[in-house]
Amino acid sequence: MPKIYAKSFTKMDTLQPKTETLNFILNYSKALHVIQLKNMQVAVLKN
Amino acid sequence: MMKNAPDAVLVKNYIDGNENCLAILITKHKARIFNFIYSKVYDRDLTEDIFQDTFIKVINTLKRGKYNEEGKFLPWVMRIAHNLVIDHFRKSNRMPKFESRNTEFDIFTVISDGTQNAESKMITSQISEDVRRLVDELAPDQKEVILMRLYQDMSFKEIAENTNVSINTALGRMRYAIMNLRKLVAERNIILTL
Repeated sequence: MPKIYAKSFTKMDTLQPKTETLNFILNYSKALHVIQLKNMQVAVLKN
Repeated sequence: MMKNAPDAVLVKNYIDGNENCLAILITKHKARIFNFIYSKVYDRDLTEDIFQDTFIKVINTLKRGKYNEEGKFLPWVMRIAHNLVIDHFRKSNRMPKFESRNTEFDIFTVISDGTQNAESKMITSQISEDVRRLVDELAPDQKEVILMRLYQDMSFKEIAENTNVSINTALGRMRYAIMNLRKLVAERNIILTL
């Protein structure tokens, strides 16, 4: 049985999103309000 | 307590107004989604952008009450991320690419009137001369077929009739002529590109 030679496996570092990106997403979520007007929806971003 | 809740519960609570549940969902899945995007685009900043856009879509869909995939939150988010990656590649293929080592943008690298400038004309004429000289070094039957085909624009049928050989022989001579030209170019380190 031939021996299989391979490069030693090195575990890749897990990348993480920046804190600013996460904060932006969470702030966007808090600011977004969807209002139902009869048969239509209106999205409003409140500061 | 909420941290260990299943995704479906977190999603439901988020839709009901508990913003903290979104933070829990993001914390739980951010690494997987982020690395998934990075594995496709291999660009840290672009990954940040696509990650952000993915969650903006997620938030919009959830807040509009259009989410209907209970219990499959992560695959759903991954699908959104995947679609955004595809959108990115589609856009980047359509957009003209401006690559410059200088930081200053040079409009003349993008806009061209289609004609060659003086330098390009000189290089083209030098290349033509070099090729012509190389053709002269070929065997007479090969030189003949190259001259007729490339310089006199004759078809292989016409070449065959003029040289009293079959079309296959004319094609074979052309093939050997090109192979020999390539050999000569390689031997003499001649560069034949603009």
